[in-house]
Amino acid sequence: MVNAALDLAATDGQTVSRPAPETSPLAVRGLTVSYGEKPAIFSVDATFPANAMAAIIGPNGAGKSTLLKAALGVIPRLSGEVAVFGKPVESARDRIAYVPQRASVDWDFPTTVIDVVMMGLYRRVGLLGRLTQSLHAQAQECLDRVGMADFTHRQIGQLSGGQQQRVFLARALAQDADLYLLDEPFAGVDAATERAIIDVLKSLKAAGKALISVHHDLATVTDYFDHVFLINVRKIAEGPVQTTFTGENLNAAYGGRLAATHIDQLQLAAGA
Amino acid sequence: MGSEFVQLSLTPLLIGIFASVACALPGNFLILRRQALIGDAISHVVLPGIVVAFLVTGVVAAIPMLIGAAGAAVVAVILIEAIKRLGRIEPGAAMGVTFTTLFAAGVLLLEQSDTSTVHLDVEHALMGNLESLIWFKAQGWHSLLDPVALAALPHELGRIAVVCAAMIVLTVIFWRWLKISTFDEGFAEALGLPTSAIGLGLVIAAAVAAVAAFDAVGSIIVIAMFICPPAAARLMTNQLKAQVLWSVVFAVLSAVLGYVFAGYGPLWFGGENAVSAAGMIAAVSGLILALACLFAPHRTRIGVAKEEATA
Amino acid sequence: MTSFVDALLLNAGYNAALVGIGAALLGFAAGASGTFLFLRKRALVSDAIAHATLPGVGLAFIVMVMLGGDGRNLLGLLAGSAITAWIGLLIVEWMARRTRLSEDAAIGAVLSVFFGAGIVLLTVIQTMSAGRQAGLESFLLGSTAGMLFQDAVIIAIGGTLAVLATWALRRPMTLVAFDPEYAAASGYDVRLIDLAMMGLVMAVTVIGLKVVGLILIVAMLIIPPVTARFWTERSNNLIWYAGILGAVSGYIGAAISAAAPAVPTGPIIVLVAAALFLFALLFAPARGVAAAVIRHRRFQKRVHRRQGLLALARSEPILDDLTLKVLRAEGLIRPDGVATDAGRAAAAKIARDEHRWDTAREMHQDAGLTGRYDGLTPIEQVFTPDEIAEFDRRIGGPKPVEGPG
Repeated sequence: MVNAALDLAATDGQTVSRPAPETSPLAVRGLTVSYGEKPAIFSVDATFPANAMAAIIGPNGAGKSTLLKAALGVIPRLSGEVAVFGKPVESARDRIAYVPQRASVDWDFPTTVIDVVMMGLYRRVGLLGRLTQSLHAQAQECLDRVGMADFTHRQIGQLSGGQQQRVFLARALAQDADLYLLDEPFAGVDAATERAIIDVLKSLKAAGKALISVHHDLATVTDYFDHVFLINVRKIAEGPVQTTFTGENLNAAYGGRLAATHIDQLQLAAGA
Repeated sequence: MGSEFVQLSLTPLLIGIFASVACALPGNFLILRRQALIGDAISHVVLPGIVVAFLVTGVVAAIPMLIGAAGAAVVAVILIEAIKRLGRIEPGAAMGVTFTTLFAAGVLLLEQSDTSTVHLDVEHALMGNLESLIWFKAQGWHSLLDPVALAALPHELGRIAVVCAAMIVLTVIFWRWLKISTFDEGFAEALGLPTSAIGLGLVIAAAVAAVAAFDAVGSIIVIAMFICPPAAARLMTNQLKAQVLWSVVFAVLSAVLGYVFAGYGPLWFGGENAVSAAGMIAAVSGLILALACLFAPHRTRIGVAKEEATA
Repeated sequence: MTSFVDALLLNAGYNAALVGIGAALLGFAAGASGTFLFLRKRALVSDAIAHATLPGVGLAFIVMVMLGGDGRNLLGLLAGSAITAWIGLLIVEWMARRTRLSEDAAIGAVLSVFFGAGIVLLTVIQTMSAGRQAGLESFLLGSTAGMLFQDAVIIAIGGTLAVLATWALRRPMTLVAFDPEYAAASGYDVRLIDLAMMGLVMAVTVIGLKVVGLILIVAMLIIPPVTARFWTERSNNLIWYAGILGAVSGYIGAAISAAAPAVPTGPIIVLVAAALFLFALLFAPARGVAAAVIRHRRFQKRVHRRQGLLALARSEPILDDLTLKVLRAEGLIRPDGVATDAGRAAAAKIARDEHRWDTAREMHQDAGLTGRYDGLTPIEQVFTPDEIAEFDRRIGGPKPVEGPG
């Protein structure tokens, strides 16, 4: 596992010799984050592929969300470099859409569904730019895409968990980004929502976007994703699902926490 | 309702209204951020801020006092954060340590320094003195057009009017930033918004509102203005914009009713002297909140789903 | 200065001695009962309670005067303050439970509105003929100057009772503060104990009104427990430490105040407590600022050293400035970034540690061990020497790290 071929050209002008900066929508190198004295993730290198759906997988407390948040600069990093489409995160904000964990916000906040979706447009319209009719229509269309058109003026606290997640996804759609980062989009949602979300994500991929999602349901990995990144504080493995989503790597990531029978039931990569 | 009203009541009433609105606006966001008690902490540290400003400059002037109070608020916020993080202490306790200490220091400084020549004492700082801010030179409504009389308006009026206007402008300009960073800080951060600066800016704005209002209504009652109108407004609606507008309505209502009750209430009960207007404004705002808690349409978390389910 | 020493030694008169003892007892009870509040994460509820005493003081004065008595009777005033404080507390609980407002908003609303109502009552009293010299303002910031002998006795007795009550209730309150569900499962009535806790806090507040004042009594309930938290991790110690810190603050503060009667007592006591807190914040061994800064620096250095050496071991370029600085400072790389002999040796050692971990994780696939695979835990801390020897046997001999090509 000490062999990650780094094509993180990006962050550093002087050492660039290899691939074009555009190749990876998100590349991190030596990323370390710690809460207090205990590293949450340690010296993680990762290179996510363009135009693919990638899953970040690992046991609870393995640093999956931390990796995402630190890459975005939502939480401070102790060391390491991050490149988004070959540029520092700060100059690539317009190209990133982020779907936080549902539990991370106050759902009692006095606002409506359409308001939340419009938040995805704030960066584009700035502080005082007018939210024109066409922008309203855009937001409405995003709600349509996630099947929430009938809930436009509903107070967000009145939504079910699955509906809340769809609204978050609609907000990300409104950002019209090239890279979508999703933190456990399927956690605690109903089956219909899961299908609706995955349909939207697949359509995004078909439109040439890159998607990276923190994911915890091992049973659906092979159905949903083409690239996996296994982490448990440190990187365990990364690569295409076909070659990387193996029993061996899962054992390495989860330790003894996965029962053997459970692993047997997964549609693992050939040769596992 | 003639010349006597203009001379004695017009300016205190306006000051009360401006102070209430100036505090209620940032109060809305403090409440939604679960930082209502930052308002409590700020209004306590206004006193040491003003005292230090006075000791440094030697005069009671508006600008140094505003700077001193805002500086004290920033110091308090930094201290609270430091105590929270370093000691892993819960925010309430960290706030309690910080503002009581700073307040105690302010009282002691005030008692030790020679402030006998200026209008600065602890009781005044706590309770304010709205009634004294009268317009001596006014002889009636026509004085509003008389430059000589206008020049004699209490300074406090101009100050609080400017601050109130500033609060309105700031709320409008930073509306989207405030809204998004209050609702979903992680998302705001991912958008690249300066969320820490927004949070600190909100606290500083609240401190400025507090110090401007402080003169008129005193430091403790400022807390009522930060909390009660926005809290009552939150129970009236599920829309942020509507909440802020309701809070302004409640703030104005508290100020007007409070002032009237304080001035005329005792007369109705056969008393002769008015009671503290600032205290009465706080009491009225509490009454409005109590009514909202009992009857407002969106007072509980559950049970509101019904009405819109059919929409 | 001598008067301060006199007061410290209880030589400054009968009243001052009683007040000093009373303040110390009060400080102890406040610190100890405040600890439970602090552990329940409800420290600022005490702020609402304290401010809610003011209308009670005013009402009690008015009622006593109307009944033809002396409005300044301390016992009567304290009883009045207890009643409104209790009402305030119930309103905070009701608002937080029954409306969508959070507890902090409820606390802020109650404390400011009750205080406002109290101010209104004070202005009413000022207009009463009996109210001219009521001196109720001393309840705001505390004053022990000109205190009657019987007032001092009330404070001393009240302080003693509060300490005894804290002692009697310490076990159930600790239990509830730490794990209310477990307490409920073990048959304790959590609501009752919570009420008792609040009752105790209220009693301390009421007793402290005259000495510390209602605005700052909350400091006596909050600062000592927070200070104690810096010195100990154990709950039982926490109660005692907080009690002792509170007692020291109360005693010294009262002594200073006896020597300087012009100054209100409350701020002095609070500042003594705050000084003790500041010392703890800066210098406490585990949680103090100094210790934290040193620890963070060390930790960051460790991370960068390790990452740098791993990069050397993999012959990757190092880009991070701090990493370069750390390695240079230890002579592990030359100024131009090329590894020295020492650097290569260290890198080889790190690489070996990594190999051992890889092997260890293949052999011991259990969660407890992989969880410690965080990049910084030396393998020697987790495995026994013979286990490590087994890993080495599997890996083969150590491999040297080549210099950069």
